[in-house]
Amino acid sequence: MTDRPIIDIRHAAKSYGTLEVLKDISLQVKKGQIVAIIGPSGSGKSTLLRAINDLDPLTSGEVWLEDAQVNKKLPTRQYEAHINSVRQNIGMVFQHFNLFPHLNVRDNITLAPKMLKGISKAEADQLAVEQLNKVGLLDRIDYYPSQLSGGQKQRVAIARALAMKPKVMLFDEATSALDPELVEEVNLVMKQLAEEHMTMIIVTHEMGFAQDVCDRVLFMDQGVVVEEGPPEVIFKTPANERTKNFLRKHLKGQN
Amino acid sequence: MIRVFPFFLEAAWVTIQLAVLSGAMGLACGALGAAARLSRSPALRFAGAAYVSVIRGTPALIQVFILYFGGPQVGIQLDAFEAGVLALGFNIGAYMTETMRGAIISVDRGQTEAARTLGLSRFETFRSVTLPQALRLMIRPLGVNINALIKGTALVAAISVVELTYTAQRYIGSTYKPFEMFLLAGVLYMAIIYVTGLGVNWLDRRAALR
Amino acid sequence: MGLDFTVVPPFAGALLTGALWTIAITVSGAVLSFFGGIVFAVIALYAPLVVRLPFRLFAWLFMGTPLLLQLFLIYFGLIQIGVDLPAFVAGVIGLGLHFAVYNSDIIQAGIRAVDIGQYEGARTLGLSRLQTLRKVVVPQAIRSVVPPIGNNMIALLKDSALVSVIGVAELTLSSQMAISRTFRPFEFYVAAAACYYVINLGLEAGLRRIERRIQIAR
Ligand SMILES: Nc1ncnc2c1ncn2[C@@H]1O[C@H](COP(=O)(O)OP(=O)(O)O)[C@@H](O)[C@H]1O
Ligand SMILES: [Mg+2]
Repeated sequence: MTDRPIIDIRHAAKSYGTLEVLKDISLQVKKGQIVAIIGPSGSGKSTLLRAINDLDPLTSGEVWLEDAQVNKKLPTRQYEAHINSVRQNIGMVFQHFNLFPHLNVRDNITLAPKMLKGISKAEADQLAVEQLNKVGLLDRIDYYPSQLSGGQKQRVAIARALAMKPKVMLFDEATSALDPELVEEVNLVMKQLAEEHMTMIIVTHEMGFAQDVCDRVLFMDQGVVVEEGPPEVIFKTPANERTKNFLRKHLKGQN
Repeated sequence: MIRVFPFFLEAAWVTIQLAVLSGAMGLACGALGAAARLSRSPALRFAGAAYVSVIRGTPALIQVFILYFGGPQVGIQLDAFEAGVLALGFNIGAYMTETMRGAIISVDRGQTEAARTLGLSRFETFRSVTLPQALRLMIRPLGVNINALIKGTALVAAISVVELTYTAQRYIGSTYKPFEMFLLAGVLYMAIIYVTGLGVNWLDRRAALR
Repeated sequence: MGLDFTVVPPFAGALLTGALWTIAITVSGAVLSFFGGIVFAVIALYAPLVVRLPFRLFAWLFMGTPLLLQLFLIYFGLIQIGVDLPAFVAGVIGLGLHFAVYNSDIIQAGIRAVDIGQYEGARTLGLSRLQTLRKVVVPQAIRSVVPPIGNNMIALLKDSALVSVIGVAELTLSSQMAISRTFRPFEFYVAAAACYYVINLGLEAGLRRIERRIQIAR
């Protein structure tokens, strides 16, 4: 087997009407790699991330997950079956958690595995216990989302995504909606995943975290990847003027 | 269809009369009921609450029957149309009581307090500060009550008032075109409701301009 | 002639039977209106245009016309075209469909109010549209729509009196049968009203309990 990427984005472009949100972006992510995407708000980070599981379909370009094209053109019914099976391999974590408020923590985690993988209730419960152990919330297994803090909600959301045993995890500003004192507990879980060599693409505003955890950093602005490279280079010696400007603003507050 | 149309039109006119008269009576009952429910007298408050609870807790059809068939036993002799108007008006009045009360209590308390600190009396405050604001708030929900009332007038068909539903029933059962007869009556009901809706919209817009 | 409520007790059994039929028709109609409301809401929101348009027409007709007229259509009208439904069935269908249309409006609003993030959360896990709807969206919508649907069920109970007109021997018709024997309309209609009032209290108490339960289970 060659060293082919898990995620391969080829010439991705997207517009809303006349507004070009993504302009010819290509990106390859290899197994075990951790990629950070930074950039000003409105630059297209979320759109790019959500194109990976076709939540926001591209206008043109291709997205591949290993040997399968994610955004394959298919008749509606076939596409549905195709995309659902693809998405089972791509975990996603949202800024606003999107936990299911009518289900307790256990059922939030086991809903999809039970429905999609046909596992028994006992196996599903075992899975929930495993994943909750990982994010340190086993004692909250019977709680409802409304009874959890923001940090706890996000850890449950991560556990829910992990329970599908995804090949890659996408994080869209996972800590942006959290009170500052709750950010660290979520970061810790993500760091732990990094140590386990989970493949991850992380959209974040936290430069410190990106620097610590990621192998590669992409700086996006106005729908293009302006600059990319290892964190040492991007954060210490960026080449592009726009990157420098952005980092000046965003590193000021930190360290 | 052409042949029965005049009968339907005549019946629709009866339905309109029923709705207008019982609607007016409902507004009066609603105003009195709301006043009673918001009054300082416990007896009046109880009477208002009992009115709402009993009327809303029992079928309108039974209320019509009590008045029309039971009335003579207690010395009330009414023809079917009169009994229909009174029973429907008294019935919708209970719902309007709650609508009006809701609108009045949803006017901000700060408004009352501001008026009272200016030295206005309780009554003055109500008349010149609370009520004008409440009136605007109650137009749409009262419109919903009226809409229900228009459809509710159908049940006086059960005491043989020759209104739209009674007429439609006669032809549904005797022509071999039940669906057409239903549609004909339906279109007339919806026309009445539509025009009423225009009126409510107009009132609401006018009130909002102030 | 004065009022004499002692005429009522001898007919207590008949009234009770009528009351039980009222409860039966209310429960059946409520169940039909609830599930019918869900189906109608899903049709109105997701069905292809060829299904949606006729449905819109049907909903528009049912919301714009009196229930009694609809009962006449279903009972007397269907006989004309050779469909002879038992009165009870016609009554349940009429009440059920009528309130299903109203419930559908409420449920549509409830479904629209479910946050888009809930769809995305479910879809990114790989759940299909239908699975997302069934397991994530509808259960949440149901919660927000229980109070207004409860109000419709209370309205349905009271409107169940109308099926007496097509000959269902429920509470209203039972009291009429007693009246035809005693010529005492006032006493028996008041007695029937009292029965409705009590059933109504029971229904309201039940609905309040359901609402409380649902609020806890969040
Ligand atoms: N559904 C949409 N319709 C129109 N414009 C959109 C839509 N979603 C996003 N956009 C626009 O696309 C651009 C990129 O958005 P986004 O990817 O969310 O940026 P970021 O995540 O970097 O803040 C923004 O200008 C945004 O206004
Ligand atoms: Mg974003």
